[in-house]
Amino acid sequence: MRHGTRIAVGPVQFRIGSDWAAPIAALNQLYASYPQDDRRPADATVRLFAARPWRRWLRPSVHIGGDYIVPDALPLPLSMGLLAAEMGMNLQVALGWRRHLLLHASAVAKHGRAVILSGESGSGKSTLAALLGEKEGGADWRLMGDEFTLIDPASGDALAFPRAVSLKNDAIAEVAARVGPDRLGPLLAGTPKGDIRHLIPRPDAIAAMHEPVRPALLLFPRFGGPPAIARIGEGEAFVRLTEASTNYVALGEAGFAALTRLVRETPAFTISYPDSASGMGIVEQLRAEALR
Amino acid sequence: MADPHYRVAEEGALRVEPLGDLTAIFDRRSMQTHLVTQPMPEILAALVEGACPVAVLAARLADRFDLDGAGDATAILTERLEELAAMGLVERA
Repeated sequence: MRHGTRIAVGPVQFRIGSDWAAPIAALNQLYASYPQDDRRPADATVRLFAARPWRRWLRPSVHIGGDYIVPDALPLPLSMGLLAAEMGMNLQVALGWRRHLLLHASAVAKHGRAVILSGESGSGKSTLAALLGEKEGGADWRLMGDEFTLIDPASGDALAFPRAVSLKNDAIAEVAARVGPDRLGPLLAGTPKGDIRHLIPRPDAIAAMHEPVRPALLLFPRFGGPPAIARIGEGEAFVRLTEASTNYVALGEAGFAALTRLVRETPAFTISYPDSASGMGIVEQLRAEALR
Repeated sequence: MADPHYRVAEEGALRVEPLGDLTAIFDRRSMQTHLVTQPMPEILAALVEGACPVAVLAARLADRFDLDGAGDATAILTERLEELAAMGLVERA
């Protein structure tokens, strides 16, 4: 590959190669403050390549490749190279990671205890985590990740995966009102996922990304409707999290043991909320109650 | 066929973890996770004492469940045992 970079997000060392300079430059800007260790072997490889050699110049479109490929993934126009890189990084982790139980969930930590938010796209889990990470200057909450949370099978602790937060549509303005422009990437308008803009996590969240955190609360948020909180049992939390894990089956008994432990030791709730302020209030309230 | 015996999977094959109303069972042979509810965990536990026909299993479970009418209980237990057999957790001995 003509252009390349290495990025460490949590325990994952990425090697990213590209036929074009622009996506790599954009990544280097977003991840400039992340720790660099080029001697460490890469855990995951992402390749952004042109379909045909001439396509690098003429109506260039980006294909995503790497250790794992999804044959049906649509090529993206070069203007969305950053999105392609992000999708490639997610894909390699979701399909390839085996050292931890991987949950499709955002997470935030406060005073050494984690709140894990699991939900589909549109549940608001990313926005809630991003806003909590910026709350009151971020002095009390630390963003652990907006997309993946890793559970260590040996200790039961949660590990951060604080990639640049992928803000979508309405969340962009909500977060942009709270952070300086230097913390935001370029606006990617009209992607298949709508408008996207990346938020660089706070420096303290990046600096603390290797610190394991004991889970305190499992939340399954749903955006919309009046505020509501419902406690759910260990069994239901287990089922929901097997569905939210991309590598539960691959981990075998280690995944089974990690998940049964997590749902036994961590109270779980579904929550509904009409707006971000209400959602953040519910998270604060449930956290305080869980640790009382 | 008269009175088939049922037996639980070989010792050590199943990891059984109660999770509130549900019980999660990991089958080390197939690497599959099964989620079951009452009375499945109790049936598996009763079979650990040894392979037995349905009538004997009903007697073992009688003190834990209100099994009124032996014939009815046998029919219900046979249904549940066949479901467990379909999951690969018990087999006909």
